[in-house]
Amino acid sequence: MGVLVHKDFDFIVQGITGREAVNFTRECLEYGSRIVGGVTPGKGGREVYGVPVYNTVREITEQRKVDGSVITVPLAFAADAAYEAIDAGIKLLVIITEGICRRDAAAFIEYAHQHDARVIGPNCLGIIIPDVCRFGSLGGPAVDCRKAFKPGVVGVMSRSGGMTTEICNALSQAGLGESTAISIGGDPVIGSTYAELMPYFEADEATEAVVLYSEPGGSSEAELARWAKENNSRLPIVAFVAGRFMDDMHGMSFGHAGTIVEKKLDSPADKIRRMRDAGISVADEIGDIPRLVQERLDGAA
Amino acid sequence: MRFYEFETKTILARRGIPVPEGSRAANAGEAASAAQELGGAVVVKAQLLVSSKAGASRSDESQAVDSPEQAATATEELLKIDDGGRGPRGVLVEKVHAATAEYSLSISYDGTAKQPLLLAADVAGNIEDIADAHPDRVVSRHFSALVPFSDYVAKEVAAGLGLNGSELNRMAGVIARLARLFLDYDLTQADIQTLARLEDGSLLAVDCFSDMEVEAKYRQKELLAEFGVGEEDTRSVREPTAFELAGKKIDDDDPRGIIGPVVEFGGNVGLVIGAGGGSLTLTDAVRKAGGDPANYAAIGGNPSVAKAVALTKLVLGKPGVDKIAVMSNVVSNTRADLVARGVIKGVIEMGFEPADKITIFRVPGAWEADAVKILNKYGVEYCDRSVSISEAAKRAVDKING
Repeated sequence: MGVLVHKDFDFIVQGITGREAVNFTRECLEYGSRIVGGVTPGKGGREVYGVPVYNTVREITEQRKVDGSVITVPLAFAADAAYEAIDAGIKLLVIITEGICRRDAAAFIEYAHQHDARVIGPNCLGIIIPDVCRFGSLGGPAVDCRKAFKPGVVGVMSRSGGMTTEICNALSQAGLGESTAISIGGDPVIGSTYAELMPYFEADEATEAVVLYSEPGGSSEAELARWAKENNSRLPIVAFVAGRFMDDMHGMSFGHAGTIVEKKLDSPADKIRRMRDAGISVADEIGDIPRLVQERLDGAA
Repeated sequence: MRFYEFETKTILARRGIPVPEGSRAANAGEAASAAQELGGAVVVKAQLLVSSKAGASRSDESQAVDSPEQAATATEELLKIDDGGRGPRGVLVEKVHAATAEYSLSISYDGTAKQPLLLAADVAGNIEDIADAHPDRVVSRHFSALVPFSDYVAKEVAAGLGLNGSELNRMAGVIARLARLFLDYDLTQADIQTLARLEDGSLLAVDCFSDMEVEAKYRQKELLAEFGVGEEDTRSVREPTAFELAGKKIDDDDPRGIIGPVVEFGGNVGLVIGAGGGSLTLTDAVRKAGGDPANYAAIGGNPSVAKAVALTKLVLGKPGVDKIAVMSNVVSNTRADLVARGVIKGVIEMGFEPADKITIFRVPGAWEADAVKILNKYGVEYCDRSVSISEAAKRAVDKING
């Protein structure tokens, strides 16, 4: 079980011959993922660790089932790569590329929506079901990945790719493990927000609790708080909001592009208040997360 | 990236949204001439990056005057405003127009709907404040960034404001132009805080501001060149300090790995930390443990030894910093041994003992075993991924606060 991906999930990598893509292709294959093709225009016919490279996405989708695509192309080609995948009928896109303008992201996300496709990211690392499928570059080399991510009961969503691994590592150390972890992306406009992904975890038998990592900036936490109030979810949610020091640093940007306090909704204080009002446990310290999850699980039982 | 009001008005006027008659003046003399030319009552507005968003026509940022002499005096005063470590970029001297009604318009991206969101109200001011005080007076409408903006959307919003007849069509015209320029110039925020209707029914953008997406600078070169915005100029809310510029130079000098942003704070806990969300979390953890960070930093993408040396020297060399903490979230690609070598080398080159200056080393990354060997050799306290970020920060702060 798990969400969005599964053990038979077949995916491709757009931009597969790039330096980082070559690395995570190897890492995914070593982890047991099924990468059925790669795309780099002009490099058709090559191979990357045995994965055939094509010039276009359609060359692959015309001959076989493709469930998803990891897009890690240079910035200037990112939006085009997304349209290409959507037009070729691919329904799940993980967009790793950083620095995509809001206007472009909003446009291809709307296009994806019209075509019943889901976008994770941009500026994310992807999805992992521990020991089952890794779709993207979460966790680095397979050996490190196996250390940090262990099968278990907690669904994880994080605006930071690095912190996805940190939090999952802590949950694994505590013996809780993860059902599915999703790096949702650090940009101001992303394809899938916490609230939109909650129903997937809700429907997943393996998931017993959800942990999310959040940062200053954006309305995703307020949206989740609203969702939690309106839906009587069976899943306890534990959140951590990083960057509290930014509360009084109006207009300064740290870390991800989306991490800036400009509006009232952007401040960590506002996010924490809204989420607590909605019954979400907010950890004061990152180290408290596993304990809070355990408490909520014990309380629910 | 913030535009000055006179720049925003240049964009608005170019796209057919009327703005008050006036010009920018760099000093009191120019302001007096500008006032002379306009004749009668004028308003003198300081051109600021930081506070121009706080509200329309804030009294301390603009002055209404009746003569060129008064315009000169007002300018002298306004130019003393501290704009995040900068002076104002001159003043804008504009003719005062009598309004029969006032409105406000605001466009930004809504991350929940993943579309641009247009807000309009039949009262002037900051749209967030209006939404708090008079939610019933705010009309909101999302629009698509995928398909070209359609005029009917603007008409729906104008109708929502209760307008009709030529008033509706004029308002819809301004809204449509604002929406199109918002998309065309890759703006992330475009606000007309005071949109005045004059006696003759025409609309005038009196107070406004806009932000452009930093990531879009590469495709808005023409406009940025016209405004004299250089490639390195991000127009941050405050001017970078010497410490921050030195941090940026370290990153620029060596392409291996990323160091930055480096931001100066006032505390005594030196931080060599990374990356991205990890830095946010680590900075909070240090504060939570009772520490006062001397700086923010982020290291990532496997920095070279030389780069880690340079950052260590910068942070440890900062006045008031006696010890540093070297910490990161669980990382996959950054080599812990290179970071360990770098920070130890940096401390030694400054003439100190690593064990005295490095309070804790928590970089659970690649080549961790090699890092441990080096750290043990110099007696530096090390912890691995079984120790939480919170706990590592506590150990560091306890050593620094004694």
